[in-house]
Amino acid sequence: MLVAAFTWTEFAQQIAAGIREGAIYAGLALAIVIIYRSTRVINFAQGEMATFTTFVAWSLMNHGLSFWTAFPIVLALAFTGGFAIERIVIRPVEDAPVVTIVIVTLGLALLLNGLTSLIWGGGNRQFRGPFSTRTIDVAGVPISVQDIGIVAVSVALVALLGLFFRFTKLGLALRASALNPDSSRLVGVRVGWMLAFGWGLAAMLGAVAGMMVAPVVFLDPNMMQTILLYAFAAAVLGGLDSPIGAVVGGLLLGVTITLLGRYVGFVGQTLKLPVALLLILLLLIVRPGGLFGSVTVRRA
Amino acid sequence: MTPLLELDGVEARYGPVTALRGVSLEVGEGEFVAVLGANGAGKTTTLRAVSGTVRRSGDVIFKGAKLPRRPDATARAGIAHVPEGRGTFSELSVWDNLRLGAYTRRGSLKEDAQRVFKYFPRLEERKGQQAGTLSGGEQQMLALGRAIMARPKLVLLDEPSLGLAPLLVTEIFERLAAMKTEEGMAVLVVEQNANLALAHAARAYVLEVGRVVVTGSSEELRANESVRRSYLGY
Repeated sequence: MLVAAFTWTEFAQQIAAGIREGAIYAGLALAIVIIYRSTRVINFAQGEMATFTTFVAWSLMNHGLSFWTAFPIVLALAFTGGFAIERIVIRPVEDAPVVTIVIVTLGLALLLNGLTSLIWGGGNRQFRGPFSTRTIDVAGVPISVQDIGIVAVSVALVALLGLFFRFTKLGLALRASALNPDSSRLVGVRVGWMLAFGWGLAAMLGAVAGMMVAPVVFLDPNMMQTILLYAFAAAVLGGLDSPIGAVVGGLLLGVTITLLGRYVGFVGQTLKLPVALLLILLLLIVRPGGLFGSVTVRRA
Repeated sequence: MTPLLELDGVEARYGPVTALRGVSLEVGEGEFVAVLGANGAGKTTTLRAVSGTVRRSGDVIFKGAKLPRRPDATARAGIAHVPEGRGTFSELSVWDNLRLGAYTRRGSLKEDAQRVFKYFPRLEERKGQQAGTLSGGEQQMLALGRAIMARPKLVLLDEPSLGLAPLLVTEIFERLAAMKTEEGMAVLVVEQNANLALAHAARAYVLEVGRVVVTGSSEELRANESVRRSYLGY
């Protein structure tokens, strides 16, 4: 087992690649957390929702739209779609046992996956991203414009969301609905609509993650499946109910698996996921709530 | 004069358990009314029937119109319900709790917040603090502050004295009476501490197993032999 020659430049490049990967996981993890916080539902369809919207973006671009023209249209469609899914599919099973809801989101994932293949066909295709893949020199380290762009878009998105939740009335009502639905109703919040709004936001986050990752991995109906696993891992690592945790968890996971894959000989590309999950498992033994999550203490 | 709030033969149930068996009561514009009774008499359920947080039948009429059985619609109609346990958003800051109180209205919160801080200066000191870390008395102040942020026509208060030291309870009730006059709102308060409630309320209803058994002005109730013995303890 040989560990490849080490240079600081390459190490920095690996870190940058890890952050780029982590930014994608963070976006999707954040979507999972937003839905989990408000409805206590793990949305297994999050990845397929993202893939579907990315295919819509691809179609729009095939019809001559530029990426940045298609971008807001796709976000609006994703929001509407997420909102509608909550109202139509999730609402009727809202009070059902968790297992029922899990099955419903799994079914939704299969349905969307089938629908994507039906409409656009299987196989992978090139998705022209908005950023060039050439590298520029950042403090002596060559980093691709695409990596910088993906991270910048993700950072901007997370910052916007943070401002929205913190400073707007709607953002406050969304937080309140997630924390205490009964009291929220008593101050006049329409909690049902807030839950749907949360699904809309989550779908939007997924759409961005999809459009950012598609130029890197090729567009394919199954492209988000592994990424969703990493995003789940990131969300759990950060603590399922913590948005900050999702972001930190995503970045941490991205950097860790990139470095593991590159520098720890036996891990390589194939064992990245299991090793990362093992590390998370070990962390959860020590901190059951994840890095930022809240732990419910109950008397025996 | 038509009353601000009118309950006419209201019944309510939790699953198979009937909690209200035809309660009729009125609250006038700007009036302070108390609902007294033992545990399980249906006091809390009466408030919940108004705000629509329990399954009910019978008419609940507010400002001359029937209220829909939806808590968010009740809030928008101008009724602030401070529930059992005060309904604090413990994970949010004191300020965010107050912002939520004003959720039903548009416009600036500054002036309303200043009025809240005038009644309860302690809340201003603790503005940025997580509401769950406040003491019980402070949480009750926050609950009242949150209620008046909505500029309600009617405040429903469930056991404001619960779990508080006697001195603090007196203070809260005095503040409440001042708020009632200055804000021009009506108050319907449910209270175990009958002495205290009758000291501030103009009228009261006494509930027993889901029915109104006695009603009258506070003086009349204090003079009533059986009320005195059962609820006032002298």
